[in-house]
Order: sequence, then structure tokens, then C-alpha cells
Amino acid sequence: MNDDLPLLSVEGLTRHYGARLGCADVAFDLYPGEVLAVVGESGSGKSTLLSLLAQELRPDAGRLLYRLRDGTARELGAMGEAERRLLARTEWGFIRQDATQGLRMAVSAGGNVGERLMALGRRHYGEIRGTAAEWLRRVEIDVARIDDTPRAFSGGMRQRLQIARNLVTAPRLVLMDEPTSGLDVSVQARLLDLVRGLVAELGLAVVIVTHDLAVARLLSHRIMVMRRGRVIETGLTDQVLDDPAEPYTQLLVSSVLAA
Amino acid sequence: MSAVSETREQALAGYNFAYLDEQTKRMIRRAILKAVAIPGYQVPFASREMPMPYGWGTGGVQVTAAVLGPDDVLKVIDQGADDTTNAVSIRQFFERTAGVATTTRTAEATVIQTRHRIPEATLRAGQVLVFQVPIPEPLRFLEPRETETRRLHALAEYGLMHVKLYEDIARHGHIATTYAYPVEVSGRYVMDPSPTPKFDNPKMDDCAALQLFGAGRERRIYAVPPHTRVRSLDFADHPFEVQRFDRPCALCGAADSYLDEVVLDDRGRRLFVCSDTDHCATRRAEGHVGPGEEEAAP
Repeated sequence: MNDDLPLLSVEGLTRHYGARLGCADVAFDLYPGEVLAVVGESGSGKSTLLSLLAQELRPDAGRLLYRLRDGTARELGAMGEAERRLLARTEWGFIRQDATQGLRMAVSAGGNVGERLMALGRRHYGEIRGTAAEWLRRVEIDVARIDDTPRAFSGGMRQRLQIARNLVTAPRLVLMDEPTSGLDVSVQARLLDLVRGLVAELGLAVVIVTHDLAVARLLSHRIMVMRRGRVIETGLTDQVLDDPAEPYTQLLVSSVLAA
Repeated sequence: MSAVSETREQALAGYNFAYLDEQTKRMIRRAILKAVAIPGYQVPFASREMPMPYGWGTGGVQVTAAVLGPDDVLKVIDQGADDTTNAVSIRQFFERTAGVATTTRTAEATVIQTRHRIPEATLRAGQVLVFQVPIPEPLRFLEPRETETRRLHALAEYGLMHVKLYEDIARHGHIATTYAYPVEVSGRYVMDPSPTPKFDNPKMDDCAALQLFGAGRERRIYAVPPHTRVRSLDFADHPFEVQRFDRPCALCGAADSYLDEVVLDDRGRRLFVCSDTDHCATRRAEGHVGPGEEEAAP
């Protein structure tokens, strides 16, 4: 794999909701192993951008180029649905803000983690269960709870289960939508620690959407600030947070409450 | 027109042959042809209002009406029995509206409409087995959106089906699904065999008869053409198994048939007998005798 070429290239991505703007002219390159944080206030187009990246929305304009494992770059919009869904199961992960949307709540933890494996044609119960148990260990969920459904899990455990479920097929690109919001700070800290460890260990490329600048600082290499559907500032995380150029970014940074 | 069919015409005054009008039967036949051409695929059809409530076999009745000819011999079973309400009323329905000959003998029938069982006797080429189906979508309880399940079928994404089986093993130690056990048809579509016990699943594989499935309320028809591969889904280390009974039929002594429990009184007396009444009667006529009623449990 050539790490000098971007894994994902986004060019002029635009999406309108009727007359209203979702996001406009978003462009960036994401390299293997890189973590990009997208920050901005509510309604700034962060989630629209993530939905576009996840192929849940179709863009009005612009394109997405994704580099496959064999090195060829493919335009996602021109791909057939079958191929795109296969990629979504094998190469991508999506950690949702609301774990109930990212998990099957009526299915046991083991079944949740094993689903992607079974979708890829694994048909050995013992092996699937073994892999699921291994992943529960990695995300610090007690293996004894493998047959419990996520309904019986706390918010932090649900998020960790979502991570296990997404990473079990060794994806290369993971999208995260506010993965830590709604969790109390100690749980948040452990989850961030876990994510940071896994990202480094597996060499994941990550796009993380967050309104929490502390999360962005802790996890990301680069940062992209959005406002009213447009990217207003990008740069290295430390650079943007320590020396913001745009007035809006300055406001955002200065609004953070010091503990 | 022959003399025989003329008398039938008179007997059936007021009804078209087999109740449905010819246009409707053509529409259903087109759906059946498509279903046969794509084994296991659920073909939508314009299900008609029938003179019986949904859930009583309106889908099966429409399929039967569409394939029935004046020379056919019809058998109708409900849970294997020819003498239950549903079976008797559907049989009488076609006696009155089509004037066809009816039978309870599996071997003599050319069209067999069934609810919840496949006859024990091996079906032969030329026979048509029509299933009444309440819920044709095997993925229904895993994915509630019909738009999504259709997409999953189209892309042959059946991982979800195995999640259900995985859950069974995780909870019960074995695959606890005993009826409506999902099957893969001809290596492509995953299909709900209707609520037949999984005991009957092996009979669907490489069956010489044509198997048609009609779901009236859900407006779907699907089919398994003769000699099609029908594989029950399973795991490599938890292979598909049919249930076994630890006793023979009390009446005919058959050790290899599907048994029903019949409660005789409120003091624990009960009898296990073949659910396929024709199979049981045939065996008894051949001189087979079962052990009879067992000692009641204390």
C-alpha cells in the first residue's frame, strides 16, 4: 500500500435540502492512518457531510474518490449499489452518536459483533463467537456479557460495542458522529483512550464529527471548521486550536470552558 | 364443449370455474410462471378478496384456483389432516365452485393444498403442492422495512438470517427454530417455507412435484420448481437437523413420521399420532398397528 496517496479524496461536495443549504464545496484528502476532526456548531453541515461520506445521502455536486486495497481509486458515486454495500461492510465503519441506531438492540452483543462476519460468509459458529469474544475483550466489555442484548448495557458500553461491531472486519476508514456526546466525563475519557489506542494500532483513517474541541484535540491530526455549510478553516489540530485565524474559530475556541 | 363439462357448467351456475374470473386467473398464472422461473423469489400479485378471512388460506386458494383444471383431483390438508375445519371448507369450496373430484389420498391427488405440512408420502412428478403462507418474508422480524428486505434479497445479503440462527444457538445451545425454518433455494434466494415444521424441510429438496406458495394478505407468490436444490441454512459446526420423536405413532406404529400430541382428558392421558392422517390411515389399512395409548404419567 502506498501511504503517500490519499485513501479518500473529496472534491466540491455539495448538498441542498430544497432551497436550504446542507453543505457546499467541501473538499479534502484523507490519508491512511490520519484522523480528521470536523468541528462546528449545530446546523453547520457536519452531519450532512458525514452522511454524504457514508453514502447515505447523494451529493448534488462533487465527487468522492476512494482508494481500494489494490491501489486503484474509484469514484463512489459511479459504483453499483452491491459493490458499495460490500465496501461499507468490509472497508468502512460508522460509529453513530445514538448507539441504538448503530446496534441491533434485540440481538446479543456477540450477534452484533458477529453480524459483519456472517455477512461476509463466515459460517462457523464457534469461530464467529471466538472472534466476537476477542473483540469484546479489546473494547473492555466483560466477555461474560456476550449473550446480553445492548438494552442491558450502559451508554459507554453501547458505544464500545458499536466500535467492536464496526472494527471486527478490519475496516480502513471509520466515520464517527459525536461518539462521546451524552456520556459522563470519566466514561468519555476511557472511550477516547480506547479509540486513540485502536486508531494507532490498526492504522485507521478516521473522520470524526464533534462539537467538543477537547475531543478533537485529543484524537485528531487535522481539523476542519465548518460554519453555515461551508469549510471556513482547516489546518493541523494544534495550529487551529492554538492560533485560530478566522473570527468564528476564535469565538469557538474562546467559548470552551476551562475546567 | 364435452357433455361432462356442460353438466359441470350447469352445476356451477353463478360461478366461473374455480370461483375466480378468467382474467384474474391469468394474472395469477403469470405471477406463478415468473415465480417458477426465479425459484424462491417473491413475485407480487394482485391478490383478490376471497369469500374467507385472511389467514384462512386466501393465498393458497387463489393459487389453487389458478392452476386447477376440470380433470384435477384435489386434496386439502391442514396441519397434515384432511378432516379439520380449514381443510374441509376449502375442499368443499372447490367441490362447489369447480366441481372437481376430491380425495384424501396423497397418491391420488394431482393438486394438494396444504397448511403447515408436507405429506409424508413422497410426491411424484405431475403433482402440485400449494402452500398457504401467512408471512412470505423470511427477513420480516429481523428487518421491518419492506424496501430494505427487498434490497437485501436483490443483493443476496443474507448475513442477517444467520444472525438469527446465531442468537438461537447463543440462547438455547442449538438452533431452536422449529418451523418456518429458512431455506436457500437453488443457491440464490432465501425463502420462508411457510410455517411447516423443519421436519419437512428435507422433503422440499429435489422434490419431484411443483411447489407453489401463495400469501393472500401479503400479495406474494413464490415457487420451488421440481428437482430444485433447497438447502436449510445452518452453521458448519451446528448443522441442520430435523426433530426426532422418542416414540412411534400410537395408531400405526410409524417411527419416521411427524407426530401430533392429542390430549384425551384432563388427567394427563394423551396420545401421539401421525399428523398426516392419510399416511396413518394408509399404514393401518396395510396392517400396521401402533402401541396404543401409553400409561398416563403419575
